[in-house]
Amino acid sequence: MAHPTVAVLERHLTLYRRLWRASVFGSFVLPVLFLLSIGVGVGGYVGDVGGVSYLAWIVPGVMASSAFQMAAGESTYPVFGDFRWTRAYHAARATPVGVPDILRGWMLYILIRVLVNALVFLGVTALFGALHSPLAVLAPLACGLLGVAVSAPITAFAATIGHDSYFALLFRFVMMPSTLFAGVFFPLEQLPDWLEPVAMASPLWHAVELCRAATLGAATAWPAWLHAAYLLAWAAGGFAWAVRAFRKRLED
Amino acid sequence: MIYARGLVKRFGDFTAVDGIDLEVAPGEAFGFLGPNGAGKSSTMRMISCVSLPTAGELRILGMDPARDGTRIRGRLGVCPQLDTLDPDLNVRENLTTYARYFGISRAEARRRADELLEFARLTEKAASPVEPLSGGMKRRLTIARALVNEPDLVLLDEPTTGLDPQARHLLWERLFRLKQRGTTLVLTTHYMDEAEQLCDRLVVMDGGRIVAEGSPRSLIETYSTPEVVELRFGLEELDGYAGKLEGIGERLDVLPDRILLYAPDGDGAAAEVHRRGVNPSSVLVRRSSLEDVFLHLTGRTLVD
Ligand SMILES: Nc1ncnc2c1ncn2[C@@H]1O[C@H](COP(=O)(O)OP(=O)(O)O)[C@@H](O)[C@H]1O
Ligand SMILES: [Mg+2]
Repeated sequence: MAHPTVAVLERHLTLYRRLWRASVFGSFVLPVLFLLSIGVGVGGYVGDVGGVSYLAWIVPGVMASSAFQMAAGESTYPVFGDFRWTRAYHAARATPVGVPDILRGWMLYILIRVLVNALVFLGVTALFGALHSPLAVLAPLACGLLGVAVSAPITAFAATIGHDSYFALLFRFVMMPSTLFAGVFFPLEQLPDWLEPVAMASPLWHAVELCRAATLGAATAWPAWLHAAYLLAWAAGGFAWAVRAFRKRLED
Repeated sequence: MIYARGLVKRFGDFTAVDGIDLEVAPGEAFGFLGPNGAGKSSTMRMISCVSLPTAGELRILGMDPARDGTRIRGRLGVCPQLDTLDPDLNVRENLTTYARYFGISRAEARRRADELLEFARLTEKAASPVEPLSGGMKRRLTIARALVNEPDLVLLDEPTTGLDPQARHLLWERLFRLKQRGTTLVLTTHYMDEAEQLCDRLVVMDGGRIVAEGSPRSLIETYSTPEVVELRFGLEELDGYAGKLEGIGERLDVLPDRILLYAPDGDGAAAEVHRRGVNPSSVLVRRSSLEDVFLHLTGRTLVD
């Protein structure tokens, strides 16, 4: 007998089979174009960073940030819509499927999406000669962890808000600055001192550090386990918040 | 199947269900009849074990929703008031995906989907997306989906609201088939004819309370008369006529647009109206219905 969590995951995968063509462009083609223009184009002017070509330097950053974007994007309108428009969560809640099953199945789905995306991206960047360490195969794992760390709290947020206009604020004031200042395009040390701790608070920076260490064989800013633990804390905290938010929404 | 004593549901300060007692036996078709806001859906949500009672005792299939919610839900079929179909899945996938929520194997899910598509008369639409389906088809699909786990108890919250008469009749006919198979049905409605068609027994709800209980026939017998005469008088004030009609039949109700006379013999009452020199613009003698029961119990018409 299939576990309810697996049944929830299956629904998402069935839906994805229907919609994947539209999402491939945003989640994969776009980062590759990005890499070409910034990595190769801008890289020509910048020269080397930290002893490697600019392209090789930003590959792990773009990889993590595309996982970040995907996990965040998937957790906004689709979650809001499953409460508001399709009422799919209400449908599931009327069966033996519980709120923790709904959320575990959803997190597994996000994890799979992010992992697959990161693996394909890794393959392409290998062709560019941008990977300098065999540890690079671990980078998708860091992306997967980041995906859950970001998706869990945003899923909770999407379950809490009464109107989808809050997502615009989330993208403008949280997601965009995170992407710009989390060490994706330039080292954190370039930031004014007061801004550094703010950038470090973002889960993205920690995943970028882990990915960069993996693809370049370099050292991380903090011990690697600490970066991973920080991401896990976001994932666990976000999950707990999401369980509460879903219960409030579905079981009042 | 269902046992409730003093069931209460509050949302903050607001009491949506205000202490109701219920018992539903296996094989019964039981109805909640009441206007919007009566507390029907709130009650159904408690019975379907998604919302817990604020107070009172509730047992479903002999179990306690607070403790055995998951096991109970595994044996219920729920057709909620608002559709919860997956618009991006096709008709068939809506059934199979949902079947998996009950731990049904993929092969068995496919088999049941075929059977239920047949039952819901949707076999030709199996590969169609949900969005272009008519309201009646969506509702039938929702009901088919509620049957995918072969439930012991089927809960239907306003199954035909918003459907055109033809779609309603087809749906009634399908629900009647279920009833004949011995499935226990619990449904809510604000349509009198629906309650009369489908329910063996029903309760009339108003303002979170049960104001009457019985079979459609016994409710009509207790709270109304066998026949009702409807009198309409163009645009004039109706209160003036009420005095002149006093004493005809057993009771009289003045509505904004018509006067109702409750009488065992409608034709006799109508003749008496003319004999008293009152000349309505139209006179209609009809059998009494649950609408009259509701009006009598609450002083209000049901659908406004
Ligand atoms: N989640 C909720 N929060 C606050 N009030 C609610 C909630 N659900 C229902 N109500 C209120 O409870 C009352 C009964 O609602 P409901 O059970 O849906 O009635 P019905 O199904 O008979 O139309 C209504 O006044 C409604 O506004
Ligand atoms: Mg309702």
